[in-house]
Amino acid sequence: MISSNAPCLVLVAQKWSDMKLYDYVLSGNCYKVRLLLHFLDIKCTLEPVDFYPGRAHKSPSFRRINPLEQLPVLELDDGKTRICDSQAILIYLAHKFDPSRHWFPVNEPEKLGCVVQWLTFANCITAASSRARLHDMLGYTCDITAARAHAHRAFRHLEDHLCHQEFNGINWLAGAQPTLADVACFPYTCLAGDGGIDIFIYPAIQRWLRRFATLPRFHPMPGINIR
Amino acid sequence: MTRTTIDQPEMRIDPFTYAHWYALGRKEDFPEGCALNTRLLSHSIGIRRDTDIMSITGPQGRALPIQHRYGHVWTSLSDSPRPLFDIPEFAEPGRRLVTVGGVRVRCSGLRAVENFLDMAHFPFVHTDILGVTEHAEVKKYDVKMDVEKDEIWATQCQFFQPVAAAASVAGDMVHYQYRVPHPHSVILYKSCPVDPDAWDLIGLFIQPLEEEECLVHSFLLVFDDNNTDTALLHFQQNIFLQDRVILENQVPARLPLDPRQETPTRADASSIAYRRWLKRNGVTWSTTRGAEIA
Ligand SMILES: N[C@@H](CCC(=O)N[C@@H](CS)C(=O)NCC(=O)O)C(=O)O
Ligand SMILES: [Fe+2]
Repeated sequence: MISSNAPCLVLVAQKWSDMKLYDYVLSGNCYKVRLLLHFLDIKCTLEPVDFYPGRAHKSPSFRRINPLEQLPVLELDDGKTRICDSQAILIYLAHKFDPSRHWFPVNEPEKLGCVVQWLTFANCITAASSRARLHDMLGYTCDITAARAHAHRAFRHLEDHLCHQEFNGINWLAGAQPTLADVACFPYTCLAGDGGIDIFIYPAIQRWLRRFATLPRFHPMPGINIR
Repeated sequence: MTRTTIDQPEMRIDPFTYAHWYALGRKEDFPEGCALNTRLLSHSIGIRRDTDIMSITGPQGRALPIQHRYGHVWTSLSDSPRPLFDIPEFAEPGRRLVTVGGVRVRCSGLRAVENFLDMAHFPFVHTDILGVTEHAEVKKYDVKMDVEKDEIWATQCQFFQPVAAAASVAGDMVHYQYRVPHPHSVILYKSCPVDPDAWDLIGLFIQPLEEEECLVHSFLLVFDDNNTDTALLHFQQNIFLQDRVILENQVPARLPLDPRQETPTRADASSIAYRRWLKRNGVTWSTTRGAEIA
């Protein structure tokens, strides 16, 4: 656990930035960006978007910010450059604000490959788990049986990998320390219960979620149910 | 967890529950040209809106009554519903209404009302917002019945809160009153951070879908010139989604009315009054008594 402190200890004073995060309080993808900002001790202006019930992300004015009509979006301090996709935002933040290179190990190609693999996989988790959650919680229409089945397929894969890691004495998705891979996969795994997906049947996932929740500076979001 | 989609005989619903108006959503949720289906008290109902005319149909294609109030669209299965309760604050100038949108919860709607009445959960469920664990004590408060209006009032409630509202700048002792004018609706009156003489309102209008599933429509009616509607919306959704996890994990999912089934503590005076009131009015739907009868 000591080593996992390292990325936070590098930056002692809280940094103010002129960045702006277009944010929705109930979004797991926005939450992962807020989490990393907090882990790295970076202050960022939050611009709340009325995702539900107002569907403001579908409005013409938001479409100028992100034509994909999705959150989150990070606007950089030049007031012009915008990064969409939570994984891309995590990479930008880690590269810019974490000189220790623990969160995104650009100097270790093998490890880097693993991290990026799990960053991509985070989108598979989101696609299924978030869809089930929007259906159950906010009444979105979808094939709920298919969404839950896809989520379980993704979680079985995650469970297998975490078992394998534990067998080799490794606590995190891409090595001995938490990386962006863990940050990216955590939210919609932990929020799966909101969509009626039983995540308690995966013991290695449970242990990993509990380890993640004890990271220094961790803070939960509503819906997170860690036992 | 299997959900009955076949309409159950309306006889199963006790007369008190049957006779009320229920909110189905905000007018904006039913855009022009829409034709949607939803559930109310285990019945399928259809909502249509052509241009500005809305119509609601119930079991066997029967036209149901409709009214627009408090930012929401209301209906009833009954042909002669009890009048919808009055909220005079909606007519007060200077207040802002923020409608939060419906959130589905797998529990009895009565459980959601009871949880809303319970201050004891603040420090543990809404940690560092509506309560802190160092100040977890619920001070004694008054509960009384307004016999004429047949509603429950809990008054003189106080609680220490670090961030009572989106407009708060520091922790403070916050004063509350609760009002239950309807088995599935509850309103809280909370001392307003920007005007000590005024009350802010937060309320739940619950649409009972099934006995163990409800759609919670909520609103804020506040004096606040500093926060945008979206900031208020995020504040409230954050709070309510913290409750949702707790509600979905309560056992049993229906509300027990028998005082021996759960042992309430001192802080639960309003909960006891609520359960007694439901019992006195013969409510069985969405309670564990309903499950026994079925
Ligand atoms: N790959 C994107 C997915 C973003 C995403 O799905 N965002 C949701 C909110 S959590 C959204 O805006 N959905 C609206 C839509 O896709 O129409 C990311 O990771 O940021
Ligand atoms: Fe609550």
